[in-house]
Amino acid sequence: MISLTVLDADGISHTVEAKPGLTVMEALRAAGLPLKAACGGSLACATCHVIIAEKDFVRVGPPSEDEEDMLDQGFDVNRTSRLACQIKVSSDIDGLSIRFPRQS
Amino acid sequence: MSRHAQTDVVIIGAGPIGLSAIFACGHLGMRCHVIEALSDVGGQCTALYPEKPIYDIPGFPAIAAGELIARLMAQAAPFAPTFHLGQQAVKLTRAGDILSVEMSSGSTIAARAVIIAAGGGAFGPNRPPLAGIERLEGTSVHYWVKDTAAFTGKRIVIAGGGDSAVDWAIALSEHAQSITLVHRRERFRCAPASLQKLDELTRRGLIALKVPYQLAALQAEAGKLEAIEIGHIDGQREWLEAEHLLAFYGIASDLGPLRDFGVGLSEEQILVDPATMETSERSVFAVGDISLYPSKQKLIVTGFAEAVTAARTVYERIFPDRPFHFQHSTDRGPPQLQPAQ
Ligand SMILES: Cc1cc2nc3c(=O)[nH]c(=O)nc-3n(C[C@H](O)[C@H](O)[C@H](O)COP(=O)(O)OP(=O)(O)OC[C@H]3O[C@@H](n4cnc5c(N)ncnc54)[C@H](O)[C@@H]3O)c2cc1C
Ligand code: FES
Repeated sequence: MISLTVLDADGISHTVEAKPGLTVMEALRAAGLPLKAACGGSLACATCHVIIAEKDFVRVGPPSEDEEDMLDQGFDVNRTSRLACQIKVSSDIDGLSIRFPRQS
Repeated sequence: MSRHAQTDVVIIGAGPIGLSAIFACGHLGMRCHVIEALSDVGGQCTALYPEKPIYDIPGFPAIAAGELIARLMAQAAPFAPTFHLGQQAVKLTRAGDILSVEMSSGSTIAARAVIIAAGGGAFGPNRPPLAGIERLEGTSVHYWVKDTAAFTGKRIVIAGGGDSAVDWAIALSEHAQSITLVHRRERFRCAPASLQKLDELTRRGLIALKVPYQLAALQAEAGKLEAIEIGHIDGQREWLEAEHLLAFYGIASDLGPLRDFGVGLSEEQILVDPATMETSERSVFAVGDISLYPSKQKLIVTGFAEAVTAARTVYERIFPDRPFHFQHSTDRGPPQLQPAQ
């Protein structure tokens, strides 16, 4: 199991155990966290937007050009923003810290 | 100005599954009215990926999503469905066996069964999460432009990075007192010709660019927008005085009023009995992406089968005195509007 630390929009921290092979979006939803993921991971919305802790960003790397384009539909987008459905759970991201965007 | 229509079945949502439900019901002799929030049919297939090929529809090794919708429309046509486009289903009421669905126009449709095929909810503009924005919509905050005259001589902030944002910045630069285009990064996703025009107008001072900036807050007085706070991606904030905000962040879906239809929900989905697709409310069914039961998969093929399953129980609800007579389409012959035997 891969462990992720997630700060939700209310500032509450959660530890999520994620199965390798899933996407981070699937892992967060499986853990019951409120991530809408409206398009089911097909890179057609920005409702799975998360912000990676700066220190961890090198481990996930920058978004692809298509992902950047979809991020244009997100809010509270940051230099370390990613769409969670585009990040694979693997040992490379064990211990990753992420947060949800602000709601208002 | 409310009007009333009557039919056998009201279908909420004209995505692929709602369209397939017209056939499933028509095949059993039932007429349908279909309510769709967008001005076009096709749901996600039309609104999000019309050009993309779909590979997992049995019998079609590959079919573009838009083409699938065109074919579903052709297949439904013999059953003469009535479409209410650009209308949201906002309320469900019941009087005995009659269900009434109210639309955003105020008109209602009475039927003996309702099939909710609403996907992830009604599609509408992707609204920036800014405090107080809803109260300003239609007056100071806009998601489309109906009448350019309303912007003559005004200070306008346009937000977004796609064709709509860039094209409206260009078009309104002739009429407005000032245009500020706010986008979260330097790059715009738009036609090369528009980009060139944008560069030119920016150089001539007719459009002010604020990149990489995002919307942060709105300030309004007596229901009118006065200023918009924007934040640089690295944190610094500043206020722009403006009478209008045009926000172009694409579309988003929202369950909205469906939450108050009385049907059992789990988060954003409607719980159904998979044997009938009926919800917790008698004669109210849910099919496609919006329905939820154990092992549910949000796929078009699954949704097609769900609509056929629903139609059978819909029939039993509408014609309680007629036995359900199973017939293959090959037996029934070419589809036509006909009373069931
Ligand atoms: C990029 C992408 C690729 C995909 N690829 C595939 C694939 O290869 N294979 C596959 O099987 N599936 C695929 N899907 C998923 C597939 O598109 C959905 O499963 C399908 O569209 C669901 O159909 P639906 O009719 O249930 O809902 P939708 O297509 O979501 O349509 C619902 C409609 O209902 C309307 N509506 C909702 N509420 C109301 C209301 N209150 N009043 C009026 N109208 C309302 C909405 O505006 C919408 O138009 C893909 C999805 C995306 C985004
Ligand atoms: S779930 Fe829609 S882009 Fe990730």
